[in-house]
Amino acid sequence: MGKIDTRVWLVVIAATLFACLAYVPAIIREGDLGFAVSDVFLYEAMINGLLLGGVLALLSLGLNLIFGVVDVVWICYAEIVMLGMYGIYYLHSVYGVPLLLAMPAGILLTALIGYAVHHLVIRHLLDSAPINQLLATGGLLFFFQSVATLAFGIDFRNLGVSLGSFPLTEDIYISWSRLAAFIVAAGCVIFLYLFLTRTFMGTAIRAISQDREIMTLMGAAQGRLYLISSAIGGGLAGLAACLLVLQYDVHPFVGLSFGPITFMICVLGGLGNMVGGFIAAFILSELIALGGYHFDLEWGYVFAFAFFIAMMFVRPEGIMGRRS
Amino acid sequence: MNGLVLPIVFAALLAVAALIGIPSYPLHIMIVILIWSFTYTGWSLMGRFGLVSLGHGAFMGLGAYATALLWNYAGMTPWLGIPIALALAALLAVIVGYPCFKFRITGHYFALVTLALTEVVRQTVIATRDHTGGSLGFTPTPKGNDETPGYIALQFEDKETWFLIVVFVWLVGLLIWRAVDRSMVRNALDAISEDEDSAAAAGINVTWEKLKITVLSAVMTAFGGAMYVQYQLFVAPDTVSGIGISLQIVFAVVAGGVFTQFGPTFGAIITLLLAEILRIYIGTDAVGLDNAIYGVALVLFIVFLPKGILGSIEDAVRRRIDRPERGKAATVSDL
Amino acid sequence: MLALSNVDAGYGTFQALFDCTLEVKAGEAVAVIGPNGAGKTTLMRVISGLIPARGGRMDMEGRDLVATPPHRIVELGIAHVPEHRRLFPRMSVEDNLRMGAFVPSARAAYARRLDFVYDLFPRMKERRHQLAGTLSGGEQQMCAIGRALMSEPKLLLLDEPSAGLAPVIVQRIFELVRVIREQGLTVLIVEQNVQQVLRVVDRAYVLEAGSIRMSGSAEELAASDDIRRLYMGL
Repeated sequence: MGKIDTRVWLVVIAATLFACLAYVPAIIREGDLGFAVSDVFLYEAMINGLLLGGVLALLSLGLNLIFGVVDVVWICYAEIVMLGMYGIYYLHSVYGVPLLLAMPAGILLTALIGYAVHHLVIRHLLDSAPINQLLATGGLLFFFQSVATLAFGIDFRNLGVSLGSFPLTEDIYISWSRLAAFIVAAGCVIFLYLFLTRTFMGTAIRAISQDREIMTLMGAAQGRLYLISSAIGGGLAGLAACLLVLQYDVHPFVGLSFGPITFMICVLGGLGNMVGGFIAAFILSELIALGGYHFDLEWGYVFAFAFFIAMMFVRPEGIMGRRS
Repeated sequence: MNGLVLPIVFAALLAVAALIGIPSYPLHIMIVILIWSFTYTGWSLMGRFGLVSLGHGAFMGLGAYATALLWNYAGMTPWLGIPIALALAALLAVIVGYPCFKFRITGHYFALVTLALTEVVRQTVIATRDHTGGSLGFTPTPKGNDETPGYIALQFEDKETWFLIVVFVWLVGLLIWRAVDRSMVRNALDAISEDEDSAAAAGINVTWEKLKITVLSAVMTAFGGAMYVQYQLFVAPDTVSGIGISLQIVFAVVAGGVFTQFGPTFGAIITLLLAEILRIYIGTDAVGLDNAIYGVALVLFIVFLPKGILGSIEDAVRRRIDRPERGKAATVSDL
Repeated sequence: MLALSNVDAGYGTFQALFDCTLEVKAGEAVAVIGPNGAGKTTLMRVISGLIPARGGRMDMEGRDLVATPPHRIVELGIAHVPEHRRLFPRMSVEDNLRMGAFVPSARAAYARRLDFVYDLFPRMKERRHQLAGTLSGGEQQMCAIGRALMSEPKLLLLDEPSAGLAPVIVQRIFELVRVIREQGLTVLIVEQNVQQVLRVVDRAYVLEAGSIRMSGSAEELAASDDIRRLYMGL
């Protein structure tokens, strides 16, 4: 029960920090609380932070699933998203495949990549030190990035599809693609939650993340469950790619811009803990959005990473994690 | 014995080679290799004890940017600026390292925390673009013609001077590696990397021992960064900080061998030569090919040769020499 | 039913079992007793395939166990209740039992097996939505045995079922062994609680330093001076 108390405290502290970050800079700048509270652009930034959080949550979901089951951190996860984005871009913009067909194809592509990554690399490293596993996927990061550079060049590509935006109030506009990303991400979280808790295969995946040796005793072929999880994790990367390709340009290094933040979310939430990852995604995305609003987008990232480092010292097991 | 003689003889040969006149381009490649070798050696001091940092881009960036910014904006000679930069790197290492070690953050958690650190530095450089030039990079002000002598600005036109400097720096790096290899710290850290709890139970101050090597490693890396910016007279956030550079450092050292004195140097030679050769013979069509090869090689190394090329060769040689004494083959040790 | 002959096994360079030969006949309850570190748990893990045998033969009803991959062994009718119970702590009792029925044949008979286990352990039915990690020690042992029974095994391997439990609960666990036998199961049990286990089994083997030193019927061993002095403190 003591654990829940600490969580409540963490929420209180986070909310206080959040309020400070949201209002204090504006109060200092304008010298007026009333102005800060009625600043519509601040609320627009907050809403955008929330929407960004949805995408980050989706990104962290697949990584968390793989980590929870296979116990390996895929440093190259964001690069798989990048390959998915290229896949969709090429199918749609170059070969003229309708977007609604290109997207499932992109998801299939990344699911296959996820399968291959496990089958060709991770499978051989299951008994290695965790750090070796991490470095091997780091090698894949280089590989994916440079394959993309070789194949597609370093130009920024844009799908050229804009879903536009709609006014929420007189001053606040919300982009449809961001809203769609948020909704799909939320839907995925719910779907994955139901899959993991209500289906036999999902229960088996949860069980193997709690005790892998015992699942062998139950008659489960570990390798098969790992492959299934890796493929699902890869497919989730493809889904994230579908949503990102509507909002951002594709280039070989796009993974670097959201890869690190995705790991931070997973670790902050407690590696393998999907609910924790979901919460962490929104905490970090709000930090980024508010930092970006008051200062600069990069400062937002600096705040988010610094917050992550500080949190690791306070709760190394993550906000929802358990100490092993 | 040969551990000390070999590098000195090698350095002397290199120095002589510089003086008899090597064409400018190979000299440039050798200078770059030596600077990176020094940085890689700095990283390997931690890496060999299982402290796999993905945050060395942070120290390298700090060393490079602090030195260059102090020169440009405060007119401070690198002779003062570099020590300040190194002190800052040491401070940063303590600020992040102390809680990490105190709270027993190890393995891939440590790697991910340090990864966040390198991103903090990269993003800070970009965010302060008014002073640092952001992602476009930053150029230290040229020393001017005769007003400031080159040795004060630490800027030299001729590559021979630079070559002699970096040979010396590289040699010092190897000597530091060797000093650590022979010290008590090494025994303590070996014990810690084997089993942290037993080491602590045996009376080893785990936090303190780890912190010492981390600060040393960070300072060396920052110095490598400072050398880099002074020689290249240009620095950009992505060339010294961020996940890409951090992985490049790890890769080169793993390829060369973490556990041997020349491993990092060897790693620097093969990775940088590969990039140069591909660039020259295949040209700009092959942008990225070197990294694709690195990537695959890194995976293969970790799967098949976790001791690195040089480490594995040395192992094989050693096995052959002391086969009678050694009952079992050296097992593939985890990093 | 189960026959081991001249089995060697170990971890890395350390050899834990030397030349072990033992047999369990259908319907029997057999115990393996011995001091800490004698290799009892290793023996169980070799049988269920968690560690490979390095030498010797192992058969289950005439089928070779050494060549069977670990996850297929349960399909041959062997269910292993591991040391320390090893439930999935953050899953409900019922989900734990569901995982016990992982193999296709058991999955098909899931509802029937669940009723069977709930009949045997009504307590588990009461607690079926509780997280397994929050059960008491005795309940966890019941859950672990129930999970093993879900696969409809012929042979149940019990590794130290009494470890860490209060004396009253230990009594009850050994009662359970008797109940399980009445269901027609064959039981191989590893125990340090020699006095009690000899009351519920037919035969026993004594394992010391990785080798089988002695074997005999439960009555013979319980009457043996050596056993009484070394293992029962009498």
